[in-house]
Amino acid sequence: MASIAIERPIPTLGQALRQMREAGGSYQGIWSWLTTVDHKRIGVMYGATAMFFFVVGGIEALIIRLQLARPESTLVDADQFNRLFTMHGTTMVFLVIMPLSAAFFNLVIPLMIGARDVAFPRLNAFSYWMFLFGGMLMMASFFTGNPAGSFLEGHLGAPDGGWFGYAPLTLNQFSPGTGIDYWAFGLLILGIASMAGGFNFAVTIINMRAPGMTFFRMPVFVWMTLVTSFLIIFAMPIITVALFQILFDRLFGANFFNVGAGGTPLLWQHMFWLFGHPEVYILILPAMGIISEVLPTFSKKPLFGYPFVVFSGIAIAFMSWGVWAHHMYTTGLGSVANSAFGISTLLIGVPTGIKVFNWLATLWGGSISFKTPLLFAVGFIAMFTIGGLTGVMHSIVPTDYQQQDTYFVVAHFHQVLVGGSLFGLFAGVYYWFPKFSGKFMSEKLGQLHFWTMFAGFNLTFQPMMIVGLMGMIRRTSTYEADLGYGLWNMMSTVGAFLIAFSVFVFLVNVVVSMRSGKQAGDDPWDGRTLEWSMSSPPPVYNFATIPEVKSLDPVWHDKYVENEAGETVPVVAGAANGHKEEGHEEEGHSVHLPSPSIIPLIASIGPPILAAGFIYWDNPWMLPLIPVGAVILLVGVFAWALEPTTE
Amino acid sequence: MAHAATVDEHATNTGIDNRKLLMWLFLASECLFFGGLIGTYLLYRNSSIEGPYPTDRVIDGVAYSGLFDIPFTSISAFVLLMSSVTMVLALSAIQRNDRRGLQIWLAATALLGMTFLAGQAFEFTEFYNEGLTLNSNLFGTTFFVLTGFHGAHVSVGVLILLSLWIMARRGRITSENALNVELAGLYWHFVDVVWIVIFTLVYLLQ
Repeated sequence: MASIAIERPIPTLGQALRQMREAGGSYQGIWSWLTTVDHKRIGVMYGATAMFFFVVGGIEALIIRLQLARPESTLVDADQFNRLFTMHGTTMVFLVIMPLSAAFFNLVIPLMIGARDVAFPRLNAFSYWMFLFGGMLMMASFFTGNPAGSFLEGHLGAPDGGWFGYAPLTLNQFSPGTGIDYWAFGLLILGIASMAGGFNFAVTIINMRAPGMTFFRMPVFVWMTLVTSFLIIFAMPIITVALFQILFDRLFGANFFNVGAGGTPLLWQHMFWLFGHPEVYILILPAMGIISEVLPTFSKKPLFGYPFVVFSGIAIAFMSWGVWAHHMYTTGLGSVANSAFGISTLLIGVPTGIKVFNWLATLWGGSISFKTPLLFAVGFIAMFTIGGLTGVMHSIVPTDYQQQDTYFVVAHFHQVLVGGSLFGLFAGVYYWFPKFSGKFMSEKLGQLHFWTMFAGFNLTFQPMMIVGLMGMIRRTSTYEADLGYGLWNMMSTVGAFLIAFSVFVFLVNVVVSMRSGKQAGDDPWDGRTLEWSMSSPPPVYNFATIPEVKSLDPVWHDKYVENEAGETVPVVAGAANGHKEEGHEEEGHSVHLPSPSIIPLIASIGPPILAAGFIYWDNPWMLPLIPVGAVILLVGVFAWALEPTTE
Repeated sequence: MAHAATVDEHATNTGIDNRKLLMWLFLASECLFFGGLIGTYLLYRNSSIEGPYPTDRVIDGVAYSGLFDIPFTSISAFVLLMSSVTMVLALSAIQRNDRRGLQIWLAATALLGMTFLAGQAFEFTEFYNEGLTLNSNLFGTTFFVLTGFHGAHVSVGVLILLSLWIMARRGRITSENALNVELAGLYWHFVDVVWIVIFTLVYLLQ
């Protein structure tokens, strides 16, 4: 059996590992978290950190909405408004949705493919720490404001160039101060974190599947993670180059975007959107994967058209590389280029539409149980479809000319990123919470969360569609009273606070359920995939014996068979329960576990220090930060390579 | 570690070691990194509105002599190319468990890499003395950033090679963990190939 090769005696172990082993995985001290390489714990840390940033980004959104609630409001000035929407967008994209997806990759992927951990556990920890420090570096920019004013009264030091960071707005001339430098270095570090995760999960999924788990027996979420990993691997280097270019221009007076020297700011737009459009699929594909797990489970049917859902996901990934200039119709690329990108953008709607129809067909005729995860999944289908259709509207060039830079665009992408990605991710939280905590989330609070969020979401963004079509310009701090936008904007603001309330309900739900949630058992939803075959929460080593997979939805097929009449009936108790994982039976059994390590944390301290050194490199007191950061990174990397490990 | 590597090789679904697959994916990702930099250079080729220029040209009756010294750069490109040969010899040596051969060829590869870096340092200094800087014009910006990032990659490669060389001298590399040498080799060949692309597109093609 192939699993035997993985089981080997554990060599020299650190004290932390011994403690973890002795306590049967329940050792919870601070060191165990700082040194953990367990994918489940890293997943929890990703999720918790992303929720913290979600609250921060949400507060920024609420300030923006308060400012726009009434015409000619003076709550914040134009400069502060710029910084708020820049940080709101950057935070939500890079510090909330991407890491929340990463949290699910970490929590679920090894369990779903029948692996004991990811391919590179320490790289996984490194990825998390880089994400944390990159996010903190970016947030630190808030506290670098103009010393003439206090933090509350003066100008915030946060970046002010939009999440898209268009040159020349982000050059020194139009964005003095250090905000954009923090933003660019923060994104570079977050990019390394994402790429480390992308490499890790691509290798894990390609190489570490349980015996019998062929590619087309993988759950759709695993497929979408694989596709997303490849998008990350290929998209991130492009934004890395662009960020280096803007930093060279800002810090060292290079000419990449300097029109005076013959450069063109359009270079930035091409680079950014060549990264940026695959990026939007990096944001949505994991959520699509999650609801492709939730829908079959809660309608008690296999996913309709599994190969179509998988292949359309792959098709979307390929096509996402040929649509970037639809963000740039109005930059004067010419009608040939505009038409070509218009057509490719229309085409990418086809695989997306295929997915939507397959999800609907999965629900069709199923015995549906409307638990919270399914509510969010169905909400995803509805809201994402509206978002997708408005996207099709944008692909039509003359239409887009009218909509460019209006709130219609804002409404469109919130429709897919909140109504799509975020709803999908919440479905995942409610779906997998019992697996990792052993307890259900409160169904009552869950329903309240969903309905207030659903109502608040529509109240916020549907009026934006209308003011957008009326011509209200985005990224502008206020509007005049006689334009007639006031009522719609007030509705949006009320909606935004309703969303905030729903998030509060969600956080309360998490805390309450952790403390006193109903016991869930190992397989609370009558699940289909391998993670439901093990105890809740799963043991540290995941699988005592690596399972042998014989079909798609293996756990379902262990529980149910078709009788002669073609009806699905439960398997007689005790028979052929091949995947049932008896977690405690094999205590003391030699299972290979990667050793905990502090080195990923140490190595990831280097880059933010290095970044700070470069941001203030013209200050002789700060310049030494460059060698300090470089040495920490270098020592970390060497220690990493030489550390005795079982990984 | 050596043992673990060989065991894992049989445990993976594809038969490819996890670390080797990681290296291939990393290099694929690097293609887009250098693609972005090279693309930027090509986009801005001949867009500088003031000198110095890479090649001889006459603008408004004023003759500018070009900075590129093709014979010199050809030699340093040849040096880097040869380092790929010595890298192959290093790997083949350790796969035959020839530890002495490994040491010699690793050292040779690192030395050739350092020779290339020295050539680049000399070239940068020459260009700087001729008035080409990061901020002088678009040529300066795109040239220094592109070749600078390549040079940084070569430097990292030299660091890896020297580390392996020290390990080899202490007898810590055997035919069983030759994968370490193979991974360094993959990276080194990639950096070499990138230079061939840069040399062709930036220096030769005008």
